[in-house]
Amino acid sequence: MLRKIRITLALIFFVCVTLLFLDFTGTLHAWLGWMAKIQFFPAVLALNAGVIVALVLLTLIFGRVYCSVICPLGVMQDVFAWLGKKQKKNRYTYSKAKSWLRYAMLGLFIIALIAGVGSFVALLEPYSAYGRIASNILAPVYGWINNLFALIAERADSYAFYSTDVWLKSLPTFIIAAVMLVLIAVLAWRNGRTWCNTICPVGTFLSFLARFSWLKPVIDTDKCISCRKCERNCKASCIDIANHKIDYSRCVTCMDCIGNCPKDAISYIHPKKAAAPAVTGGQAEAASGADRKADKAESVDTARRGFLTASLMAATAVTVKAQEKKVDGGLAVIEDKVIPDRLVPLVPPGAVSLRHFAQYCTGCQLCVSVCPNGVLRPATDLMRMMQPEMSYERGYCRPECTKCSEVCPAGAIRPIDKAEKSSTQIGHAEWVMHNCIPVRDGQECGNCARHCPTGAIQMVPLKGHHRHRGGREEGNDGKNLMIPAVNTEKCIGCGACENLCPARPFSAIYVVGHEVHRTV
Amino acid sequence: MEKKNDISRREFLKTAGAAGALSLGLAACGDGRTAGSASGSQAVPSGGMTYRTNPTTGDKVSLLGYGCMRWPSVGGRSAREGNEEIDQEMVNRLVDFAIEHGVNYFDTSPAYCRGTSERATGIALSRHPREKYLIATKMSNFAPSTWTREGAVAMYHNSMKELQVDYLDYYLLHGIGMGSGMEEMMARYFDNGIIDFLMEERKAGRIRNLGFSYHGDVKCFDWLLERHDVYKWDFVQIQLNYLDWKYAKQINPRNTDAEYLYNALAERGIPAIIMEPLLGGRLSNVPDNIVAQFKERDPQSSVASWAFRFAGSLSGVLTVLSGMTRMEHLQDNLRTYCPLNPLTDEEFQFLQDTATRMMQFDTIPCNDCKYCMPCPYGLDIPAILLHYNKCLNEGNIPESSTDPEYRKARRAYLVGYDRSVPRLRQASHCIGCGQCSPHCPQRIDIPAELHRIDAYVERLRQNTL
Repeated sequence: MLRKIRITLALIFFVCVTLLFLDFTGTLHAWLGWMAKIQFFPAVLALNAGVIVALVLLTLIFGRVYCSVICPLGVMQDVFAWLGKKQKKNRYTYSKAKSWLRYAMLGLFIIALIAGVGSFVALLEPYSAYGRIASNILAPVYGWINNLFALIAERADSYAFYSTDVWLKSLPTFIIAAVMLVLIAVLAWRNGRTWCNTICPVGTFLSFLARFSWLKPVIDTDKCISCRKCERNCKASCIDIANHKIDYSRCVTCMDCIGNCPKDAISYIHPKKAAAPAVTGGQAEAASGADRKADKAESVDTARRGFLTASLMAATAVTVKAQEKKVDGGLAVIEDKVIPDRLVPLVPPGAVSLRHFAQYCTGCQLCVSVCPNGVLRPATDLMRMMQPEMSYERGYCRPECTKCSEVCPAGAIRPIDKAEKSSTQIGHAEWVMHNCIPVRDGQECGNCARHCPTGAIQMVPLKGHHRHRGGREEGNDGKNLMIPAVNTEKCIGCGACENLCPARPFSAIYVVGHEVHRTV
Repeated sequence: MEKKNDISRREFLKTAGAAGALSLGLAACGDGRTAGSASGSQAVPSGGMTYRTNPTTGDKVSLLGYGCMRWPSVGGRSAREGNEEIDQEMVNRLVDFAIEHGVNYFDTSPAYCRGTSERATGIALSRHPREKYLIATKMSNFAPSTWTREGAVAMYHNSMKELQVDYLDYYLLHGIGMGSGMEEMMARYFDNGIIDFLMEERKAGRIRNLGFSYHGDVKCFDWLLERHDVYKWDFVQIQLNYLDWKYAKQINPRNTDAEYLYNALAERGIPAIIMEPLLGGRLSNVPDNIVAQFKERDPQSSVASWAFRFAGSLSGVLTVLSGMTRMEHLQDNLRTYCPLNPLTDEEFQFLQDTATRMMQFDTIPCNDCKYCMPCPYGLDIPAILLHYNKCLNEGNIPESSTDPEYRKARRAYLVGYDRSVPRLRQASHCIGCGQCSPHCPQRIDIPAELHRIDAYVERLRQNTL
């Protein structure tokens, strides 16, 4: 019975959290958004005291049910373990706790957190690890299926479905997610909850509390016949029947043992005789390994930056010359935009500052999944790997959208309303003269000024010798060509200008981020 | 038992397949509509085409002329859409069917279908005896590089080569009045002596009839007609339909009412060839209440047939061109013109009243002719304008967020917009360079319309209407 309740709740949580990552329309978040916000580590970062207290109390009363029900990565492991058990019954055995590894990982995790190595924190954090798997591997499939429905709806003249872009947001993050999925799947298939009881920092933290939980599975030694059925079905490998002991630091209260015992010798109760839980010690080794990781992450990728700058210069030579119109019909080829090298990366309004964002973001990809404009994607930079950043080649940060701030469970993107968003300066636009259409093609343009939501761009006459640079058609001498002038005080860095700039592959106007956001 | 099940399943699949094909066909009809309508049940008459006589050459010209501007592409759409190849097999079939049913006038141009129409038309027609068909093509020297005498003459010779003929029945100065009007017309035909060359060619018999097609600046039209005694125009091609008859100028102040154009030709006894009898399909895709009125009067006839009867009923009309992309268009038009049932005075008045009602809808007068394309910055101009018109006709242009159907209309507009125009080709990318506008035969101020639509879409997206 207890087991069935656990499985039912776990599946509900698992499906709903997964849907959060799949639903690109953002409608589910109004109903299910809280499921991301009660995840332990994001709640810690968001300083969500209510949730933390509730989860601590939950663990102190019931043990690590969090790991069995709420944590999507845990439930995913149970799914793989269940499949593994189908292949081979009674496949687990008791093993000793690998305490040194657990504490080392937790220590490293905390050091990385303090040192601001967001990528390492994001790598280990269980909810985010699952989020990456869902958004990188499940979401594309969901998107394709949706697009199929959209195609059918279009045929039927229905507006029930609309198609969505499915694109690879970041190759490194995709690879990390895929490797993680395979690794965890194999571990879970063979040994159940190995990950949770050796690597996962949240699991290790909760295990401190779980030792003292009020309710726990207790073996009645009078009834026990030492058949080892429970031990061999314990995915946490924490039941030692030889000594009739359960390591409660590793037990995830899955209730499997209770259901499996032929003699009903195990029950989920408060142990009356207070069988002292086996405390395992040794925290000293935690510190040494941590520094190495931090050092590695320190190196900044200067070569790549240099290459991008060079290619930016080279690409300016390529111009889309307006072709002479001889016949009618047809569509001009549109070149893809290339991401410019931004001196300072862009993070969404609500992120407060780059430092704040790096400290709080767990890289769960929830904001990346809901961004309807193709703006957010995981960064590839080593220090911020998997934490999102913005770029405007596919769309821009539209004034009516505050989705990322609504969904962020970790407080990395603080909730803001539309008015606040439209007055938050996350960066400013820079003009690149040699790409600008009036300079390059001799055509009137002003598309940036026309679409600037804050009116920060005005058009001023183009004067001086630059007037006659390439691409000019005959008969333009009379045209009063205008170029954009950005008022950086009013610019909020939304990227409308960059995205809608007709110059390709590099826009003639692009946004550079600010370290600290401000209100204009 | 098992066998029976099997059969019923097969039958079911067959029925489902047929239903699927039908709905696909209908869906395809919905967008690329240019002429005619698939009013299935009626048979296509095998004879009885109405013919008109050309007063100068005595040609018997079928009242239905085949416009070769919208040949089907392999994807089933008009070859003007997208970048697909012309479906030559289908073109052959359409041409065979047309000739078999009495159509003998084929109108093309070196510019049509991204420059491939003449060749496709030539391939299809060369399979028939030369005396079975009349060919019309044009001097489409729009690009300034072809304004030289050599460039223009080369274009003329190339047309004969592409069409696989040694004489042309009808030859037109293409798009008189477009662009900058008089200035451009002079540069294209008069300053370079091309008009004299063409008149020589007419004398030599390689051009049997010389005329011009007119769009836009009425000064050019008047100037050419004033010199009729010099140039002896054998025919003139004008845009005429029941909407343009009295409202062309109201739709766009730079255009001229068809009534004026037709009467000016009739006065001089110059036969008129009619283009855009359906306004690029707009007169077959009319608002629902207008459809109801047509069907109330004649439930058997298509909406398009009214427009064709209007154009064909004028006695000074030599032929009415229709760009029939699909077999259904051709069949429906054959039903209308085999033979023509001329409009009564009462019906003529009814169509004028219909036009008045239609004017109350503020649609953009785009005919999807794609003269504006390709836009050098990649926009799909006609698709943007047509989506706007479609939503206007279907009542999906909410004026404020308090409209009762606001949410539904907003969704229909925005989702439909992304479907019919890829994001990168939408109005938000119009830089306003204005290179398109001079090419528009309807003289739409394209950048202004695109910016207006973009501003509207922006308010819809932001939900601030």
